[in-house]
Amino acid sequence: MDQWPLLSILIWLPIVGAILVLALGRDARVARWLSLITTLATLFASLPLYLNYNAVAGGMQFIESHAWINALKANYALGVDGIAVALIVLTTFTSVLVIIGSWGPIQKRVSQYMAAMLVLEGMLIGIFAATDALLFYVFFEAMLIPMFIIIGIWGGPRRVYATLKFFIYTFLGSIFMLIALIYLHMKTGEFSLAAFATAPLGTTEQAWIFFAFLAGFAIKVPMWPVHTWLPDAHVEAPTGGSVILAAIMLKVGGYGFIRFSLPITPDASQEYAWVVIAMSLVAVVYIGYVALVQDDMKKLIAYSSVAHMAFVTLGLFISLALVRNYANADAARLGIQGAMVQMISHGFVSGAMFSCIGVLYDRLHSRMIKDYGGVLNVMPWFGALFIFFSMANCGLPGTSGFVGEFMVILASFQSNPWIALIAAFTLIIGAAYTLWLVKRVIFGEVTNPKVAKFEDLNAREWIVLGSFAAAVLALGVYPKPLTDLMDSSVLQIVNALMLSKA
Amino acid sequence: MMIPFNPADLIAIQPELVLLGATCAILLIDLFIKPTQRDITHWLSIATLALTAWFVWGGAPEAAQGVTAFNGMFLHDGISVVLKQFTLLTSGLSLFYARNYMRERSLLVGELYLLVLFATLGMMLLVSAGSLITVYLGLELLALSSYALVAMNRDSAASAEAAIKYFVLGALASGLLLYGMSMIYGATGTLDLAAITGKFGQVEHPGWLAFGLVFLVCGIAFKMGAAPFHMWLPDVYHGAPTAVTVFIGSAPKIAAFGLAYRLLEGGLGPLSGQWTLMLAILAVASLAVGNVLAIAQSNLKRMLAYSTISHVGFMLLGFVGGTAQGFTAAMFYIISYTMTATVAFGMIALLARKGFECEEIDDFKGLNQRSPWYAAMMGIAMFSLAGVPPLFGFFAKLLVLKAAIDAGFLWLAIVAIVFAIIGIYYYLRVVKVMYFDAAAEDSALPLPSDVALRWVISINGLALIVLGLAWGPLFDWCNRAFGI
Repeated sequence: MDQWPLLSILIWLPIVGAILVLALGRDARVARWLSLITTLATLFASLPLYLNYNAVAGGMQFIESHAWINALKANYALGVDGIAVALIVLTTFTSVLVIIGSWGPIQKRVSQYMAAMLVLEGMLIGIFAATDALLFYVFFEAMLIPMFIIIGIWGGPRRVYATLKFFIYTFLGSIFMLIALIYLHMKTGEFSLAAFATAPLGTTEQAWIFFAFLAGFAIKVPMWPVHTWLPDAHVEAPTGGSVILAAIMLKVGGYGFIRFSLPITPDASQEYAWVVIAMSLVAVVYIGYVALVQDDMKKLIAYSSVAHMAFVTLGLFISLALVRNYANADAARLGIQGAMVQMISHGFVSGAMFSCIGVLYDRLHSRMIKDYGGVLNVMPWFGALFIFFSMANCGLPGTSGFVGEFMVILASFQSNPWIALIAAFTLIIGAAYTLWLVKRVIFGEVTNPKVAKFEDLNAREWIVLGSFAAAVLALGVYPKPLTDLMDSSVLQIVNALMLSKA
Repeated sequence: MMIPFNPADLIAIQPELVLLGATCAILLIDLFIKPTQRDITHWLSIATLALTAWFVWGGAPEAAQGVTAFNGMFLHDGISVVLKQFTLLTSGLSLFYARNYMRERSLLVGELYLLVLFATLGMMLLVSAGSLITVYLGLELLALSSYALVAMNRDSAASAEAAIKYFVLGALASGLLLYGMSMIYGATGTLDLAAITGKFGQVEHPGWLAFGLVFLVCGIAFKMGAAPFHMWLPDVYHGAPTAVTVFIGSAPKIAAFGLAYRLLEGGLGPLSGQWTLMLAILAVASLAVGNVLAIAQSNLKRMLAYSTISHVGFMLLGFVGGTAQGFTAAMFYIISYTMTATVAFGMIALLARKGFECEEIDDFKGLNQRSPWYAAMMGIAMFSLAGVPPLFGFFAKLLVLKAAIDAGFLWLAIVAIVFAIIGIYYYLRVVKVMYFDAAAEDSALPLPSDVALRWVISINGLALIVLGLAWGPLFDWCNRAFGI
């Protein structure tokens, strides 16, 4: 028998599940169970992807290609390298936890919520699996619709403002990318990413295309100064929406840099790497301070996401400087590896942090730090997990947060110690805002009488936070399976970076 | 001089003959049926449109060769086949959407059907026109039928006002067109579009041609509703009964594409260096006016009217290159727009009740709670109009942007997307109202009992997804029509 079209199954299974949930989900219980089964099935379907991916060989595997629009030579072309495999497994893993986490909190129009989540999962997998630029773009934009709905219907009081801002902001960025893609299509006559990557482009062209891509991906990551939609979207989104947003949707931006900016416009990326590096460093320091003064827990974690994602962009673009200016391919590998590990780790950690805040929010219906205090006294287990995730958030060795940041700082050091120094600020600022959050929320005396009545984690919350904790710990102690998975793919990217296209 | 009559020409106009004959028959039948039996007229009209479409389809292989009939007056080519099929389709759709609405307002008279059928005949003639005379004949048959349609609701002052406005400005536009045509006739001495192109080199006064061209472009812009000749459009869309708005907002746009293509490329192709620039200016103006003014509207019909203006601007992006690829993109765009607009306007007609027009945006509040299915259909239409993938409207935008960029109008493409982003806001506002706002308490609307209407609008809505995922065949069809 031929190989199964595994990637197509992964994309369409959740979407078919969503249709079923909408059709059969009049009863909320049916909707929940059906969604859980769908996400579990998708998770299990993604395991063969990880197990059968030949990490030694690297490159695109599980390739599917069918003609889509012949006249434009656009194909329904899918394929994954090690980086995409990691992100897809992250997506399927997180989606299961999001569905479980939404079991209790979502009581209004359950079937629509679950369906939107499932569609979103399918779209996200599609983004990571697409090797055709048009197909990528379709998934990239289409995922805005379910997220728009999720924030808009199930969000907080200012949800309409937040979701419109989210949609228009991200649409604004990506539509410039569309122009760049059309231009590249004019140059190459097709939409395949491989063709884009090999097409010769002049320096001016590359610069324009680079900035068009930057507009699209910087907003998605989001990088300072175009991050302002994120705190709003996070604060207003329901817990599940925040988790997906932080854990996976932000990764789309970083992934876009790897798939588009670096291979298609390497020379412009090198020339303007300082822009991205400067923006990343500002984010690390400035956004860290902004996070420090937040009195809303979700906003604090949202800003910390911006600061952490800055390490991803820093790692990616520092590697360009390393390859081109210092011919230091090993350090460049380390930088990209670090960026990738940081992406996956941030997926787990931020997902866990938002889940934790969701747990608290379900009990008190407040996200304000001042309403809490002394939670450890009434919820010891929750307190322990919260502290653990906080440690991961500030990058304590032994948690996944440490590995990525350490690799990126190490790589930066070989390029310019000053950059490494500024980046290392995160260890102090990150610890400051996270630990201060812990101090105010978890420790201390119980001052709010409502907090005194809190009950510790129920079974569902245990499953969610426990799974996240296991992942964070596993990645922190033994990241080798992940780095091995991505190693050859990263090497190929680094090798491609050495070649000029102009 | 004897003009020879070739009986074979009748085969080329078979579909038009069928439509004309059947319309006359319906005219008679409608006289003899009771008002309660109006369904007979309804289904006969639908059947007529279907039969005509079948004849158009039958003539398609012949059309692929590019046949002319009646000494070049009538072109029977691939482009006309595509345009006719979609004209017939959207006319049929608007009849489906109109019945319930008009019946509830006691406006369901035979004239509605006859006027729509005659307008359709005019459009078919227009898109097949090979001579200035046939262009004008088709255009006026369409326009006069439309004026009367807008005035269908005799007792409504808004309707009457809209009809008068439409008539006066429409007459003005026809005058401009005629004046331009006379200039071109004066310069070339022929009415035949192909002959006009052929005579370009030996024109005695080339200035007359350019002069005529300006008037033609103005007339076309009027008929399309491109800014700054758009003034009539919001008032007419708003004032006309919604069921009529469905019709005049959809099929005539396809015909307007045909008008522009036949006159500009078919007749004045060698002047394309001049008219592409004019159309680029019209496109920018339409995108700006349409998108910015739509934000300020609280009435959904007016908002969609302004959105139409912006979509005309987008469609014109396909024209600026003056290439077959560009026209294909523009044709694809206009098909996509009309398919989407029928859902949007149709949904207003579907949700309206006697005494409740459901045309304010706020009337859609909480639709998702009352009817998730129709909210989803309207949502699909809105996202498609906004150009969000994977819906039909996105790929249409992709193609016209590509056409503009290929033609070297990168700046125009960037202007277009900037306005498209502004445009996103007002489409999202409709989605917001439907999904995020709570329903007003007294708005527990029963859904219409018209089962056909519910099915048709659902299929129409789902088609926007299906054509978004698999738009290749339609695109290939458009490409073949232009011989690509």
